[in-house]
Amino acid sequence: MSDVGVLPEMPCRELVELVTDYLENRLSASDRVRFEAHIADCPYCETYLEQMRQTIRLMGRLPEESLSDEARQALLSAFRGWARK
Amino acid sequence: MAGTQGVREPGGPGGLRVDDDGRILAGLLRGDERVFGELVVRWGGAMLRLALMYVGSRAVAEEVVQDAWLAVLGSVRRFEGRSALRTWVLGVVVNTARSRARAERRSVPVAVGEPCVDPARFHPPDAVEWPDHWRVGPVPWPAPEEALLAGETQRVVVEAIAALPGALREVIVLRDLEGMTAAETCAVLGLSDVNQRVMLHRARARVRLAIEEYFDATELT
Repeated sequence: MSDVGVLPEMPCRELVELVTDYLENRLSASDRVRFEAHIADCPYCETYLEQMRQTIRLMGRLPEESLSDEARQALLSAFRGWARK
Repeated sequence: MAGTQGVREPGGPGGLRVDDDGRILAGLLRGDERVFGELVVRWGGAMLRLALMYVGSRAVAEEVVQDAWLAVLGSVRRFEGRSALRTWVLGVVVNTARSRARAERRSVPVAVGEPCVDPARFHPPDAVEWPDHWRVGPVPWPAPEEALLAGETQRVVVEAIAALPGALREVIVLRDLEGMTAAETCAVLGLSDVNQRVMLHRARARVRLAIEEYFDATELT
């Protein structure tokens, strides 16, 4: 975008605080332009952004726990009692 | 229709689709044990993992899940459908676990103003060259990404989440582990949109840092 030239550069220190706002699409239009212009030019910040994405993906794939059989049986019998009410 | 068919999720482990809620509710309200049993299995894992974030022991966490289900059954006849059923149920787990954990709960204030990345990793603002730019920038993690999913990295992530102050942990667990939207998370935790985002970012930055420190340490050995 041709606007980048007139906007102040977004330094790395500022960018790292805005990664979630960026991923959630909550940056103002001009900050988004500054953010993307910086990322395109800065391998460190590009890595930082990618690692935040990797972190999020990793958390999304953590294994769940599973309830014990006793707890499940107790719940089913509680449900039977509830359904009769 | 068979109850178990009604609650089968085609699209993966993330839980039931929103448009199944009507069928699930109808099943519960007519006392269909298969529907309830399927829900207990499908959502029980997420509920237990969530409860474990609040209470120390697995046994207590299982009790929290059971109490939460009883609370759900106690009010499901009045469920208004303003949120997805799964979100509502997880919210009940949060409330049950919160009151269960109240005694042992540490209220660590969240330092909202502090930077998320150690300031020493940047050149000072008055530096002649590269002010406020990375001095010690992040190094890409080992590829392929499958390595990141190895058990050891998962353990690092789980421990980093467990070490977060309670308020940050609640937000990141609902958003990034349970996959709730920002709006759902705000509703369950009673947070403003801005606070939710600030806390989420802070929490993610800490988990990222824990992974980075883990890879730094393993490279040295």
